[in-house]
Amino acid sequence: MLLWILQKLTVVMAQADSFMPTQGTEIAKSVDNLYAFLLVISLVSCVIVIGGMIYFAIKYKRKSANDVTAYITHDTRLEILWSVIPLILFLFVFAWGWVIYHDMRTMPKDALEIHVTGKQWAWTAEYKNGVKSTEVVVPVGRDVRLILAAEDVLHSFYVPSFRLKQDAVPGRYTNLWFHADKLGDFHVFCAEYCGTQHSGMITKLRVVTQEEFDQWLTTESEVSTLPMAQRGAKIFQTRACASCHSVDSPAVKVGPSVYKLFGDTNVELLDGTKVTADENYIRESILNSQAKIVKGFGPRSAMPAFQGQLSEVEVTALIEYIKGLK
Amino acid sequence: MAHAAHGSNYLNAEKGLWSWLTSLDHKRIGILYFISVMSFFLLGGIAALLLRGELFAYNAVDALGKTTGQLLPSADAYNQILTYHGAIMVFMVIIPGIPAILGNIFLPLQIGAKDVAFPKLNLASWYCLMAGASLAMFTMFSTKVDTGWTFYTPYSIKSGTAVTTMVLAAFITGMSSILTGLNFIVTVHKLRCPGMTMWRMPLFVWALYSTAIIQVLATPILAITLLLLAMERTFGVGIFDPKLGGDPVLFQHFFWFYSHPAVYIMILPAMGVISELITTFSKKTIFGYTAIAYSSLGIAAVSFFVWGHHMFVSGQSEFAGIVFSFLTMLVGVPTAIKMFNWVATMYKGSIEFASPMLFALGFLFLFAIGGVTGIMLAVIPVDVHFHDTYFVVAHFHYVMVGGTLMAIMGGFYYWFPKMFGKMYSEFWARMSWVFIFVGFNVTFFPQFILGAMGMPRRYFNYIPAYEPLNRISTMGSWLIAIGFLMALYTIINGLISGAKAPKNPWGSKTLEWEADSPPSVHNFDHEPVVTAGPYEYK
Ligand code: HEC
Ligand SMILES: [Cu+2]
Ligand SMILES: [Cu+2]
Repeated sequence: MLLWILQKLTVVMAQADSFMPTQGTEIAKSVDNLYAFLLVISLVSCVIVIGGMIYFAIKYKRKSANDVTAYITHDTRLEILWSVIPLILFLFVFAWGWVIYHDMRTMPKDALEIHVTGKQWAWTAEYKNGVKSTEVVVPVGRDVRLILAAEDVLHSFYVPSFRLKQDAVPGRYTNLWFHADKLGDFHVFCAEYCGTQHSGMITKLRVVTQEEFDQWLTTESEVSTLPMAQRGAKIFQTRACASCHSVDSPAVKVGPSVYKLFGDTNVELLDGTKVTADENYIRESILNSQAKIVKGFGPRSAMPAFQGQLSEVEVTALIEYIKGLK
Repeated sequence: MAHAAHGSNYLNAEKGLWSWLTSLDHKRIGILYFISVMSFFLLGGIAALLLRGELFAYNAVDALGKTTGQLLPSADAYNQILTYHGAIMVFMVIIPGIPAILGNIFLPLQIGAKDVAFPKLNLASWYCLMAGASLAMFTMFSTKVDTGWTFYTPYSIKSGTAVTTMVLAAFITGMSSILTGLNFIVTVHKLRCPGMTMWRMPLFVWALYSTAIIQVLATPILAITLLLLAMERTFGVGIFDPKLGGDPVLFQHFFWFYSHPAVYIMILPAMGVISELITTFSKKTIFGYTAIAYSSLGIAAVSFFVWGHHMFVSGQSEFAGIVFSFLTMLVGVPTAIKMFNWVATMYKGSIEFASPMLFALGFLFLFAIGGVTGIMLAVIPVDVHFHDTYFVVAHFHYVMVGGTLMAIMGGFYYWFPKMFGKMYSEFWARMSWVFIFVGFNVTFFPQFILGAMGMPRRYFNYIPAYEPLNRISTMGSWLIAIGFLMALYTIINGLISGAKAPKNPWGSKTLEWEADSPPSVHNFDHEPVVTAGPYEYK
């Protein structure tokens, strides 16, 4: 009987864990173990309280208006028991929590440091060599420490797969660390309400191999020191714009050519209106391509929306590059 | 006042709107509160339905570049409705709910008093609530407010909406809360009838008394915090604004220094109601009277030292986090004790499943879940993951709605015959319970899972993976709405065509049932004399 219950409980534990996102770090695993334990004792306490309630409710259901009931005012032994047992349990999970929390808050030495700044409504990661990125790219299997800051209001850097969350506070630094041991892309949410686009303040935390990371960092840093138009040219390649747009002839690929696009006063859209290809038009085409679709490429633009994927600097660089294509 | 003729009661002794608006009778003031709080509840409820409606579907951009799945006009609209839902439900429904309606009417009756200690102050506190509420409503027609009910700085300093007005509105409703608390404390100490010693007071009175202490001690902190925020916005005093050298996290400390005890302002009175319901409908004396009374006081005391558990990821030190986690564990113990006491009270009782009892059992069920998830949230590393996710949203709805609202409903059905001298339809009351109870679980249980999956709260839109559970949750909210419409029908139907209520329809032992139904203006014809405790079912 007892064995059967324990077996069932383990199933529950396993399932409960499956509701949690992937475990990206060791700490995530230890948090989940503690959580599973909490679930089990919670389940047991609920069964005792709610089960007891239902059992008594059925067993002692009123039979007649003049039922005689027992007169029990208290039972000191029982009361001490049910005060002390919860207390011990609570202190136990408290201590267990303390141990894990201490690990979370003890910043490792020699960690890779990345400055991450929250701003309404995007994150910017800044690396030691000056590279800035809207996604946080980190190497696998290495201690990484994020130093968080906020430019305007509170934000909170939340990586569900790492079970990590830390507010970014204007006017001071906060920090967190992790040691990612799974490759892949993980969601980063903003968990502290920050206004209109709070729920859109999502980015990716990309865990890559050390080699990929080094390569990414070098390319990015080369790009970031280039003159604007050349930087735009690079981004045009790395973001695969070139696979859909030709740049040296009016040839149509998946999308229209961007050769001699800038300044064209005669861009015809799906609904027949004509617009001028100025900076704002190109900006909108990149960030939200569905807003104005070029005639012949509808009804749905094949171009992905780059809103939130490209930083302000990157968009400007792209525009400068496209300007120069004549 | 003309001496009440035979057959006259507090409801019909005087007539006309003016007689109500100027009444000093605690029972009439209770009814005033009832009408206003229920109207606020309707507003807050509509806001909730809109929020859930928005979250019904993932908002996507379709083939033609049009957004699908969006109900509200904009993210800003969502954020505003979210703010009003929270602010109305907290400051204007749950906090005044039980003390100001049921407490006002039944505290004096339960201790054999003619009225509260300061009847004029009592009326004044209703006017404070109304003034604050009107001001809050006014902001809806100006630039609205989008900060969330917590008004966190520096967003609340920067937001271009009517934050200052809203904050003043909360300030004024806070006044109302302080005045009520003060009134209750003095009433309990000074107006108990002969023989009604402190240790013979019904547990509802004990709960109101403990609550009143928190109200009087904690609410001024909120008041000053909100005033500082208003000053920051208008004069730039530089206390919270980091640009002026202020500290935005300080605001959180101040805010939760009030708002955590406020959680107990919301739940302690509910616990008091539950003690009354369980004894009456089990026809048994309460198990561990002193333990329950002391645990109320214990909760009131410790609740002042746990505010930091709302701030585990705010940047406070590791040491502070540990201390707050520890103290929060301690405050869990008296709460657990109460749960066990209530269940033990049912042991060898004679349990009647009247609708108030159904709500009490519903309370135990939901509060147990709210309680254990509260302990999970007090364990810091687990909270780091759950903080500001739907797990927290589910947790506090289980406690505040599953707890306090269930108690309000149960208490209301329980005392309805006394308040109005009529019975309601038991069938419809039970139906309302079924829909509210089932709907509640369908709405909020999936939110625990959403939180575990990592969905942050206050999200206008979410990633597609969260859609199915959000759907279920939204459908649950419709069931709750139906349940409350049924409750409204039950009340109106009972008022119009309910049978005449006897003095003591449930066979309760507390003093209020010795007064007429509805009570006369002076409550009791002769001052009662008490010779035994409140739950002597022998
Ligand atoms: C999957 C293919 C694809 C990719 C990748 C792509 N685009 Fe496009 N793009 C299109 C299509 C199709 C259109 C035409 C429909 C429209 O207007 O949205 C277009 C339109 C444009 C336009 C407006 C052209 C005009 O003639 O008015 C600009 C500018 C543009 N893209 C820039 C970019 C940039 C910069 C990138 C890389 C960051 C990029 N695109 C990536 C397919 C793509
Ligand atoms: Cu945010
Ligand atoms: Cu709290």
